[in-house]
Amino acid sequence: MSDDRTERLSVLKTYKLFVGGKFPRSESGRVYEVTDHKGSWLANAPLSSRKDARDAVVAARKAFGGWSGATAYNRGQILYRVAEMLEGRREQFAREVADAEGLGKSKAAAVVDAAVDRWVWYAGWSDKVAQIAGAANPVAGPYFNLSTPEPTGVVAVLAPQESSFLGLVSVIAPAIVTGNTTVVVASERAPLPALSLGEVLATSDLPGGVVNILSGRTAEIAAPLAAHQDVNAIDLAGADPELARTLEEAAADNLKRVVRPQPVDWSADPGTGRLLAFLETKTVWHPMGV
Amino acid sequence: MTNPTNPTNPANPFEYAPAPESRSVVEIAPSYGLFIDGEFAEAADGKVFKTVSPATEESLSEVAHAGAEDVDRAVRAARKAFGKWSALPGAERAKYLFRIARIVQERSRELAVLESLDNGKPIRESRDVDLPLVAAHFFYYAGWADKLDYAGYGRDPRPLGVAGQVIPWNFPLLMLAWKIAPALAAGNTVVLKPAETTPLSALFFADVCRQAGLPRGVVNIVTGDGSTGAELVAHPGIDKVAFTGSTEVGKAIARTVAGTEKKVTLELGGKAANIVFDDAPIDQAVEGIVSGIFFNQGHVCCAGSRLLVQESIQDELLDALKRRMRTLRVGDPLDKNTDIGAINSAEQLARIRTLADAGEAEGAERWAPECALPSSGYWFAPTLFTGVTQAHRIAREEIFGPVLSVLTFRTPQEAVAKANNTPYGLSAGIWTEKGSRILWMASRLRAGVVWSNTFNKFDPASPFGGYKESGYGREGGRHGLEAYLDV
Repeated sequence: MSDDRTERLSVLKTYKLFVGGKFPRSESGRVYEVTDHKGSWLANAPLSSRKDARDAVVAARKAFGGWSGATAYNRGQILYRVAEMLEGRREQFAREVADAEGLGKSKAAAVVDAAVDRWVWYAGWSDKVAQIAGAANPVAGPYFNLSTPEPTGVVAVLAPQESSFLGLVSVIAPAIVTGNTTVVVASERAPLPALSLGEVLATSDLPGGVVNILSGRTAEIAAPLAAHQDVNAIDLAGADPELARTLEEAAADNLKRVVRPQPVDWSADPGTGRLLAFLETKTVWHPMGV
Repeated sequence: MTNPTNPTNPANPFEYAPAPESRSVVEIAPSYGLFIDGEFAEAADGKVFKTVSPATEESLSEVAHAGAEDVDRAVRAARKAFGKWSALPGAERAKYLFRIARIVQERSRELAVLESLDNGKPIRESRDVDLPLVAAHFFYYAGWADKLDYAGYGRDPRPLGVAGQVIPWNFPLLMLAWKIAPALAAGNTVVLKPAETTPLSALFFADVCRQAGLPRGVVNIVTGDGSTGAELVAHPGIDKVAFTGSTEVGKAIARTVAGTEKKVTLELGGKAANIVFDDAPIDQAVEGIVSGIFFNQGHVCCAGSRLLVQESIQDELLDALKRRMRTLRVGDPLDKNTDIGAINSAEQLARIRTLADAGEAEGAERWAPECALPSSGYWFAPTLFTGVTQAHRIAREEIFGPVLSVLTFRTPQEAVAKANNTPYGLSAGIWTEKGSRILWMASRLRAGVVWSNTFNKFDPASPFGGYKESGYGREGGRHGLEAYLDV
């Protein structure tokens, strides 16, 4: 029955999570079927459990000291390196984005190009954000007084559901460029571009644990993240209104900073909103005298 | 009222004579209504409550208790006023705020006495700290009202609408200023609820608004207890919640607004570490420790309630600190020589006592100078605990009273780890002569305000607010505008 002209059978990729710089399967051993827009099978993605979410938080916390303590120049170069690595894999991502979002070839390529450019844009912010978000404060007394932004800490990020790649990059990059570390929940229906991004990040000098990527049911993974006492903030971009409300309530328990979901055109100029959302302002006083 | 003489020298010839500030500069009416839409009115259900002087337990006045209907009326009034107010040229809004700043300055003696009467804080503090800062805050934000385009929030940033603001009892008028000044500058209108035990200065502020000719409905004051605050926060007609108070209530507010469009800023509790290194100037550090924890009876969210002292100088520092604490004068808030006034309420006194007792029960060693306390009113002597561990309740929970917990450390790394070992992150203090160490420490302390070789300094130009469970958002400075703009 085999044809004489044997077509080469392609080698499929086992998509895995990205946690602490490594590529584990879900500890639960579960996967779920990911299909393209027409319903054809693409891959079995890990169906992450609450335990996976907790492990990812541990990895993100462990990475926070080093990453937030790195120089802004260093972080900027690493984000730029991500863009470099991504540029070299544009075709792969264009294919994955086309499958994920049902886009034609050229549209998918444009999305990937925009995502590469977004890394470049945010890379440049690393050593400028303190200059637009900080302040030298003229207090009425003999004191030196300076306000500087610092990263909030571990940020849980629910990536946008529809924009599986440009949206994803647009929520990760602004969080990490200032020194936060993240646990990212990929688009539930279209997680493959996110899981592949892990491979790019792993080869971009980004310290393990700065970005951790989980796939699975958004509601299942997000609940333990929103309630986690060692998560400092949560970006609800990928939550529907009902889930967002529940998560925001849970997040109140340790007063996480919350970015509520809102309609976003991910191809537009992102502005500084997300960049500034996960920063704390620290103000240092010192007397002047001789 | 009595003041302790120096117990080591009872015949001290330098003992101060009483120097009371005159009460006659302030005229408190027997009752006050709610200030809604430019007029005072009784609560819809006629409910009232008394506000007492915590120093004497004397009733000062009877104040209307706002219920749901009153809150609703206040929010509607603020909404009605919003259109015109927000459409005013910024320069005009600025002039109203400058007027308010000036009137507060003119009436500052009256307002300082009132504040000390209703709150129990020493007149020296209400006169020299609270009131000057209130006026300065309005003056600072007045200048922003016509410069919002340059504040870094984009061209023509828009106000949010109606702000619901709930403030605490520790700095009643100052917290009002922190809330109202930036809100009005940005073009919002407000409904403000002062604390149940200290409603009077906010009601006097309503009169300041009248004198300033502020359009009706721009500022509305609803007095009441926690239930009034809860009504306000939950009201669907407000666009912004600003709260200063306990972390517990802050969390409840964050839950209430979940799933809404309301913007929130929270200034909550703290358990600040005041860290003293072996090379610190001891006398200055002692002054900083004392002002850090005993300023305003320790009713300060950013109080330096955990003293972290480097082990090698513990004895020397504690000797000096105890010597200084013996000279603190506890008593009549209106006496100009008083250092520590009355605890704000019986409820707060009970909480301080419970935690201090827990400190003893858990094995820490308690010390307080001999100190005669007045027989009526609510009082607590300045108190020091040594031998405190990080697990003790007095090292973990906010006491919000004149109680200092002393812990020790050996290395800067250990000091940072202990300082950050708290769910709070509002403030911290560092005492050392070494500049590089100050900056190294300051960059590692997870706190919104770091005072180095000083403590408890405030300024309208300086952003204030916490990390972690001390809340989010900043008040003061350019940063404080963000809370009231649609950005």
